[in-house]
Amino acid sequence: MGVGIEVSNLNAWYSTNHTLQDINLHIPANQATALIGPSGCGKSTFVRCINRMHETNPIAKVTGTVRIGDIDVYKDASPVEIRRRIGMVFQRPNPFPTMSIYDNVASGLRLNGFRNRRVLDEVVERSLIQAALFEEVKNDLKKKSGASLSGGQQQRLCIARALAVDPEVLLMDEPASALDPVSTAKIEDLIFQLKSQYTIVIVTHNMQQAARVAERTGFFLNGRLVEFDSTHKIFTNPGDKRTEDYITGRFG
Amino acid sequence: MSGPPLELTPTPEPSSLGTESPAPSEIRKFLTSRGSSAISDRAFRWIMLLCALSIFAIVALIAVELVKSSQLTISKFGLSFFFKSAWDPVNANFGALPFIFGTLTSSFLALLLAVPLAIGVAIFLTEMCPKILRGPLSFLTELLAAIPSVVYGFWAIFVLVPILRERVNPLLIKALGWTGFFSGPNFGIGLLAAGVILAIMILPIISSLTREVMTAVPHTQREAVLALGATRWEMIRMGVLRNARIGIVGSVILGLGRALGETMAVTMVIGNSPVIGKNLLGLGYSMASVIANEFSEASDDMYRSALIEIGLALFLVTIVVNGLARLLVWAVTRGAPPRVT
Repeated sequence: MGVGIEVSNLNAWYSTNHTLQDINLHIPANQATALIGPSGCGKSTFVRCINRMHETNPIAKVTGTVRIGDIDVYKDASPVEIRRRIGMVFQRPNPFPTMSIYDNVASGLRLNGFRNRRVLDEVVERSLIQAALFEEVKNDLKKKSGASLSGGQQQRLCIARALAVDPEVLLMDEPASALDPVSTAKIEDLIFQLKSQYTIVIVTHNMQQAARVAERTGFFLNGRLVEFDSTHKIFTNPGDKRTEDYITGRFG
Repeated sequence: MSGPPLELTPTPEPSSLGTESPAPSEIRKFLTSRGSSAISDRAFRWIMLLCALSIFAIVALIAVELVKSSQLTISKFGLSFFFKSAWDPVNANFGALPFIFGTLTSSFLALLLAVPLAIGVAIFLTEMCPKILRGPLSFLTELLAAIPSVVYGFWAIFVLVPILRERVNPLLIKALGWTGFFSGPNFGIGLLAAGVILAIMILPIISSLTREVMTAVPHTQREAVLALGATRWEMIRMGVLRNARIGIVGSVILGLGRALGETMAVTMVIGNSPVIGKNLLGLGYSMASVIANEFSEASDDMYRSALIEIGLALFLVTIVVNGLARLLVWAVTRGAPPRVT
């Protein structure tokens, strides 16, 4: 089951560029939360601060606190421990090209030394079913490379790979922006299915997508969180003029 | 979530069907004047083909010349030349085995020492090196490749061999003497010294090529592994080395090629005596060394033919080793699904 995320006074920099400024928000457990905003507004940086991927860039810096459940992400644990709890799906599908479909899904568990064949088989099948990919690949699990699938299938494979380690939080950084409309619809269905079991944070450029999948939506602009509320409120009666301008397409 | 209804612009009827042509612009006239470019395109193709074919021609010429010039020993000893350990110019009795053994042993020793070190250097340079150090470090590695091998040889004689003789070998004899691979007498020079100097010489080739292929692995692969909760080493193993493995094997093959053919530095430290044995501290002789040492004093035709056939043997050994390496790549990647890029 998922856990909630509590962010307070989060600031992030790339070199001297202050990408995130004083972000405070509470992301509830077992719901989908969408983050929208124009390019460069800091929404991707924000999700990368949750699983401490931001700091893998040597010029990056973070201050403030992020809690997932009762763990202080920057105090109580190493980045490796945190990332074992948090799954992440990236903008471009990045399956491992030298591994079979099966090995791709099993990679997270194997990485951590998990070797029980029977359980691995179960986990791989369950994760692929959850990612709505199992039916399409069940005959080629160990025969085909992760990279031999279509773009949309690759992204669902990446989702299965993230789900296989049973994460408490699933971060998705524009998971459908490189995909065609049919694949996009499949990913959205998937998020809809998964959100009762996982806390999902999805960054998107596509406002309709946010409206379709998320209970809550946050609007970022120039490194600040302008507004964070129920998706319904954001899209029908935004509290801030800038949010309204953005969702009605007046800028961005 | 439906947006406002789309307002479509009405498609205008085509006013003209292009029958009346306006005067062509300056650019259009220029481009038209260039014609079909078919000849230059075809010429380019043939020239490139010629470049490729020249490789075949060079290899074939060398092989033919080697076989032709070693006719005397080929007809006298046949295949046994490659399996005999006699080397007796006075009685015209020749066998290549000790030289093949010396070349292979010193080269594989070099790989054993150089490959882990080279991959370590490449990992440090691509994954962990602070920016300020990266430039100087890669420059220094490449500088190592530019040092002439005779200089390596001198360095080996005056620095490496004394170190081996006084510090390393006594330890090896004490700790690993029971294996039989390290037993006295301790000359300093010998197979191990040749292996170590070769390792130093091929290190820059292997590490700089490995660094290139590792740099080519997309950053998204690293992030994918990191996001699964990998440590830095796990990320490098699964996200970088695994993706780069074919290129890494390729760089090892190139390094091995250099080690097999290296002449000067090896000649200066291997000991130059045709011995076969498992003692790595013992003396040896390599194919390239024997040719370099003895060709000028090869007074009769049989002797000269034997040395040229050693050259042929080196040529064949290189081909066989390359073939085996390719087989290895094939065997490792066979289980894995075909790579789509």
